[in-house]
Amino acid sequence: MNKHLLSVDDLAVGDVEALFDTAAEMHDVQHRSVKKLPALRGRTVVNLFFEDSTRTRSSFEIAGKWLSADVINVSAKGSSVSKGESLRDTVLTVAAMGVDGLVIRHGASGAAQQVSQWTDAVVINAGDGMHEHPTQALLDAYTIQRRLGTLEDKHVVIVGDLTHSRVFRSNVLLLAKLGARVTVVAPPTLMPAGVTAWSKDAGFETTYDLDEVLPHADAVMMLRVQRERMSGGFFPSAREYTVGYGLTRDRLGVLKPGAPICHPGPMNRGLEIAADAADAAQSAVLDQVSAGVAIRMSVLYHLLAGEGSAS
Amino acid sequence: MAPAQSASVPAASVPAASVPPAPAEGRTVLDARDISRALTRISHEILERNKGLDNLVLLGIPTRGVHLARRISERIAKVEGAEVPLGTLDITMYRDDLRRHPTRNPQHTLMPPGGVDGKVVVLVDDVLFSGRTVRAALDAMNDLGRPATVRLAVLVDRGHRELPIRADHVGKNLPSARTERVMVRLEESDGYDEVRIAPMTGAVNGPATGPLTGPATGASA
Repeated sequence: MNKHLLSVDDLAVGDVEALFDTAAEMHDVQHRSVKKLPALRGRTVVNLFFEDSTRTRSSFEIAGKWLSADVINVSAKGSSVSKGESLRDTVLTVAAMGVDGLVIRHGASGAAQQVSQWTDAVVINAGDGMHEHPTQALLDAYTIQRRLGTLEDKHVVIVGDLTHSRVFRSNVLLLAKLGARVTVVAPPTLMPAGVTAWSKDAGFETTYDLDEVLPHADAVMMLRVQRERMSGGFFPSAREYTVGYGLTRDRLGVLKPGAPICHPGPMNRGLEIAADAADAAQSAVLDQVSAGVAIRMSVLYHLLAGEGSAS
Repeated sequence: MAPAQSASVPAASVPAASVPPAPAEGRTVLDARDISRALTRISHEILERNKGLDNLVLLGIPTRGVHLARRISERIAKVEGAEVPLGTLDITMYRDDLRRHPTRNPQHTLMPPGGVDGKVVVLVDDVLFSGRTVRAALDAMNDLGRPATVRLAVLVDRGHRELPIRADHVGKNLPSARTERVMVRLEESDGYDEVRIAPMTGAVNGPATGPLTGPATGASA
């Protein structure tokens, strides 16, 4: 396994299998009365978050604490970043305190890669701009695999705001690596430029028509409409988006029974996903959250416990 | 970095590569029938010591301790006509040498039905050596419950303890040099039953086996 986790590309199939196996064991720890393992005792992990986050940051924090690491949260708001400190100076300052692992989320694509060149600490990308979010992809694939038994030849449909989605980028890379068939669906305005060429390389399909592919999906992943990243009008109205691309009650009816419904959160209920779908028995949204802790424990363990990890 | 490395690597690896590992080096200490007899005796000892099945729980330490625990439970079931609760206890995350090796994948921990609280827990492992695995197992147990008593059953005790730990039930006491390797092979994981002792050779411990597999299982126990 590579020293850092910056992109899904850093992982070989064997690495993913090892991460999933460990995550399955970590899942059991969540149900014990003493939720604590000593594997990262004496190690320090800093969560450096330049963008808002609830589940990613808190699940990294819980994951680190359950492995006995000391976890410190630094967010842009309320830190020297708001006084104008540069990313490099912030990273060097934190690293100088003797940090072993740096979990970073930043609005700029490539931020994690850049940070990894400034520090000896292990860097884990927790989302960089519109580029990647590898631990989210790992927990999504893990959740779907647990529900379906395997990902091999399963048809996963990813729907929504692809242009602004790092989750989409990491997911197509990982799902393809694990043998799943992926179709991505978005309105033309939210389909990233150059996706046709990329889809041929990476081996996934694209379409504008959700109703055509939905009945054949073994799993469906709804992405959040990221209003905070949208500067222009990508669709005429929220209502029109829902009619064309939302997982409505009617569409829930055509979905295969048992096909898991995933959403990385936070959900815009009524926009990309109806409450009926979010709360359906086949919804995997809360499974994803608990898988998030297990996967992040697994990632922290594999990158920080063994020899050769930063001291 | 490349030129300096490539100059030194061949020089270091040539002598090691010139000693081919013999497939069946060393000598057999226990064969399949010896192992079977030892496990039968251990099973009876456990029952005798506990005066029956009351509160008894077997916990195998992965990988081979799990197989041994299952075999002991089968023998106990034959004698007593009732099942003894069986579990597995992974100690990977509790090792004190995690940082000295490449990351190991944790194995499965399976609590026996009824848990371990207030029970007489018999830990089962293949080789007792430094005692560090058993220390880690005691730590791991601490996070899972509070047994009334913990006992230890091992197939081989090879000496060289580094901690104040002893076994209650021993299949065979095997005097060994610290530099020797004790290899336990079991049907379930290796296809045949055998305990073998062999002198340590650099080539055998090379990159092909690594610290995760083969000899290290016995050597690190």
